[in-house]
Amino acid sequence: MTSGFLFFLFKRIINMFIVLFSILVLTISLLGPTMDNVIKDSVKYSVIDSLSNQKVEFKDITERQRYIDQQIKLQIKNLGLEEPWYSPNRFFNTLLKVMVLDLGKSNFFVSDSGSSSVKDIIIEKIPKTLLLFTTSTAVIALMGVYLGVFLASRAESKLDKTNSIFAIFSNSIPVWWFGMIMIFIFAFSLNIFPARSTPLTPPDDPFYFFDLLYHMILPFITMVVLGFGSVAYIVRHIVSGILQEDFIKAKFAMGIPKKKILYSHALKNAAPPIVTMIALGLAGSFGGAFTVEVVFDWPGMGKLYFDAIGLMDVPIIIGLTYVSTLIFLVTVFSIDLIYAYFDPRVKLNE
Amino acid sequence: MSNKQADNNNNNKRTPSDNKTNNNNNSGSNAENIEFATSKKNLILNNNKGDKYIENINNNLTFISEFIRSKSGIAGVIILLILIFMTLYAFFGIPFASFKEWNNPNYWIDNPRLASPIWSDFFGFLGRNTPEHLILSSVDNNDANSGKNKVTISTTNENGINVVTHSYHIDYNSDVPPNDFMITYSLHKEEIPPAIEIELIRPNKNKFDIYFDSITPSISGSNQSITLGRIFSTDSLIHQKLLDYLKFYDYKQETSKPEVMLFSNQEKRSIMKGNYTFNVKFYLFDNEDKILNSKLILGGEKFGLMGTDELRRDLTVGLVWGAPVALFIGLSVSTISIVIGMIYGVIAGYKGKRTDESLMRINDIFYSLPTLPLLIIMSLFIGRSIFLIVLFLIFFGWMGTAKISRSLALQIKNFQYVEASKLIGQSDIKIIFKHIIPQLLPLTFASIAISVPGAILAEASLSFIGLGDPSIPTWGQILHEAHTAAAASRGLWWWLIPPGMLIALTGLAFVLIGNTIDSVLNPKMKRM
Repeated sequence: MTSGFLFFLFKRIINMFIVLFSILVLTISLLGPTMDNVIKDSVKYSVIDSLSNQKVEFKDITERQRYIDQQIKLQIKNLGLEEPWYSPNRFFNTLLKVMVLDLGKSNFFVSDSGSSSVKDIIIEKIPKTLLLFTTSTAVIALMGVYLGVFLASRAESKLDKTNSIFAIFSNSIPVWWFGMIMIFIFAFSLNIFPARSTPLTPPDDPFYFFDLLYHMILPFITMVVLGFGSVAYIVRHIVSGILQEDFIKAKFAMGIPKKKILYSHALKNAAPPIVTMIALGLAGSFGGAFTVEVVFDWPGMGKLYFDAIGLMDVPIIIGLTYVSTLIFLVTVFSIDLIYAYFDPRVKLNE
Repeated sequence: MSNKQADNNNNNKRTPSDNKTNNNNNSGSNAENIEFATSKKNLILNNNKGDKYIENINNNLTFISEFIRSKSGIAGVIILLILIFMTLYAFFGIPFASFKEWNNPNYWIDNPRLASPIWSDFFGFLGRNTPEHLILSSVDNNDANSGKNKVTISTTNENGINVVTHSYHIDYNSDVPPNDFMITYSLHKEEIPPAIEIELIRPNKNKFDIYFDSITPSISGSNQSITLGRIFSTDSLIHQKLLDYLKFYDYKQETSKPEVMLFSNQEKRSIMKGNYTFNVKFYLFDNEDKILNSKLILGGEKFGLMGTDELRRDLTVGLVWGAPVALFIGLSVSTISIVIGMIYGVIAGYKGKRTDESLMRINDIFYSLPTLPLLIIMSLFIGRSIFLIVLFLIFFGWMGTAKISRSLALQIKNFQYVEASKLIGQSDIKIIFKHIIPQLLPLTFASIAISVPGAILAEASLSFIGLGDPSIPTWGQILHEAHTAAAASRGLWWWLIPPGMLIALTGLAFVLIGNTIDSVLNPKMKRM
C-alpha cells in the first residue's frame, strides 16, 4: 500500500460518491413532483376511507367536503408536504430517505412474505438478479479467457476467423431478442424449458431453490452464448499482441512448454487490460441483464423495474434506480481495485 | 446498457495501441519526430498509425481500392445499400399514411389478425396450407386484381332503376375454407336509400342469393351524403337467406358458418375448388346516386411479405419504416456524440493542467453512470419523442471518444507547427479547430461507424422496455409489442425474427464498415 495507491483509492471513492449523489439529485428532481402527487393522493384516499368508517354525520355535502379538505390539509402538514419538493429541507429529507430505502409502500406490488414496503420488495429481488448475473458473467469470463488464449496461440486459423465473425455478430444482436428466439426454440418448438422463468413452487418450499435453478437455465444460456464470443475476441487480441514480445520468444527459446507460456506468462501480462475489459463489459451488460429478466420473466430487479414502469409505481422506480446505481458503482469500484492490483503502475504514481 | 458496452469495447480495443503510442513517444528519440514534422506538414503523428491515417485519407484512390479488397467491408456496404433501399422504398413506395396511422386500428381493419407471411408454405413445418388473405377492391388496381382474381363493374337499367354490379371473380384453391368474408362499400346517396343485393355463383354454376337489404345510413363514419357500410359473413340476413339453400347439401351444413357452407362441395365434406363470383348489386333509385367503391375481403391466414401482428398491422410496412428510423438514430447519435467527444477531449488535452484535470474528472463521472436506469428515468419523466431519445443517447455516448482524442491531442500539441502557430499568436480556438481536429478526423470516421450499432441497440432496448417513441414504428417497438403479446411462446415466428434480424444486420453492417476503414487506415491493428 503506497501513497500513490491510497491517492488512487481516494479519488475513486470521491468519484463514486459524486456519481451517486448526482444521480440521486437528478432522480429526485425528475420524480419529485410525481412523488408528491402520489403521496397527496394516498392521503386523500385514506382520509375519505377513514371518514366512511367513522360514520360522522354532516348537515350537507359542503360541510362534509370542508371537513375532508381540512383533514387533508392537516395530514399534509403533518407529513411536511406543505413545502414544495424542491425546498432544501424537504429535498435533503427525501435524499436521506432514498439512501436508506425508506420509500413507503408500493401501490401495486407485494413481496413474497406479503409486505408491501418498497424496501422489502426490492431487497427480495436483489439476490435473484445477482444470482443470474454473476453466474453468467463468471462463466462468460472463464470461457472467454480460456478460448481467447487458445485462439491467440493459433492466430489466423479457421477457428480464429470463425470466432471473430461470431463475436461481431453476437455484439450486434440484442440480448433480449435472442432470449425471445430461445423461448421460441426451446419452450415453444421443443418444449424442453419453461417459457416463463418465475417458478411455480412457493418460495418457502424446500425445492424452491432447485426449481429456480431449473428456470434459470434458459436465461443463463442466452446470456452466455451471446457473451463469451466477444470476450474471447478481445482476449485473443490482447494476448496475441503480448505473444509477439521478445520476452515471450525468449521463453519459447528456453524450452518452456507452450501451455505454460500461454496460460501463465502471457496471460499474467495481459491481465490488466483483460480485467478492465471484462469488468467494463460486465458493468455494461448489467443493463442487458435487466432486459433478459424482462424477456424471461425472471423474478429479479429488471422484471420489477419493467412492471413498475408499466404501472407507474414511482416509489419502486426511485428505489430500483438507487439500488441498481449502487450495485453498478460498487462493481466499477471493485474493478478499479482489481485493476490496481494487476497493474503496478497504478500503485506507484498517478 | 449495450450502447455503453459497445463504446467500452471500442475503447478497449484501442487501449493497447494507445499505450504503444505513448511508449513510442516517450522512448523513441525525438530527432526522428522532428524530422518528420518539419519535412511534411501532413505527417503529424509520429507513429505508424498516424502516418497511415493521413496518407490514406489524402489518397482517396488507394483507400477505396483497399476497401474494396476487404470482403467484410463489401458485405457491410451491401447491407447498408439494402437499408438505404428500404429507406427509399419507405418514402416513395408506400403511402405516408401507413406511417402516420401506424397506431390507428381503423387504418388496418381490412387486414387479418396474426397472419403469417405468404411464403410460409415453402417451409412446411412453419405453417399449414392455409388460404391467403384476399382484399379485392373495385377501385385500386392492386396486385390481387391482376391475377386470376379480378373485379368487373357493369351498369344496367332495369325498369328505370340503375343497377350497378360489382363482380368479384375469385379462383379458390385452398383445402380449407376462408376464415370469413366481408363486403365493404361507400356510396354517395340522395334521399331514397339504395338497396344492396349479394349473390354468389359457385364453380358448378349454382347461384346463391345471400343478401338483400336497403342501405340505411350507418352511424359511424358517415356524413350526410356519403354512406360507408360493412357486411360481415356473420350477418343475420345472410344466415336467414342460407336456410333456403340447405336442401342443396347431402349432409348437414350450418348456416351460422356461411364461409364454410358457401365454399363446400354439395356431395361430401370438402372444399369446392374453382371460380367463384360474388355479384354485389346496388339498386340506385336516384340518378344522383353514385357508388364510390366496394371491397371484398376473404379472410385468410396468410398476408403480405411479412405477415401481420395482433392489431392487423402489415408488418412489411413497419419493418420498412424501421430502416430510416434506425439509420437516423444510429447516425445522428454516433456522429454528434463523437464530434462532441472529440472537441471535449482535444480541449482537455490541449489546454492541459487544471482544465484537463477537471474535464477528465467530469468524464470519469459520466463514465461511471449506469446507463439503463438513467435512460429509463429520463424517458419516463422528460419525454419519449424520438429526438429526445437521440439527445439522451448522445448524453451517454461521448465519453470514450473524449478519452482517445485527449491522448492524441496531448501528442499533437507538442509538434512544432502547433507551437509555431502558438508563437505567432493564433488563438487557442483557432489552433484547436484548424490544426488539431483536422488531424483527428480520419480516426473519427471509423469511430462513428463503430458506435452506430450501440446507438441502435440502445434505442431498441429502450423501445423494448416500452419507453420508446410510441408514435413511430421502430424495430424495437415491434418487438416490444411482440413480447407483450407473448409471441415467442405462441410460436408467432414472423413477428419475432425479422425485426431482430434487421437490428442485428444494421449493427453488423456498420461494425464491418468501421472495422474495414480502421484496418485500411491503420494496417498495424488488423482486426479481421
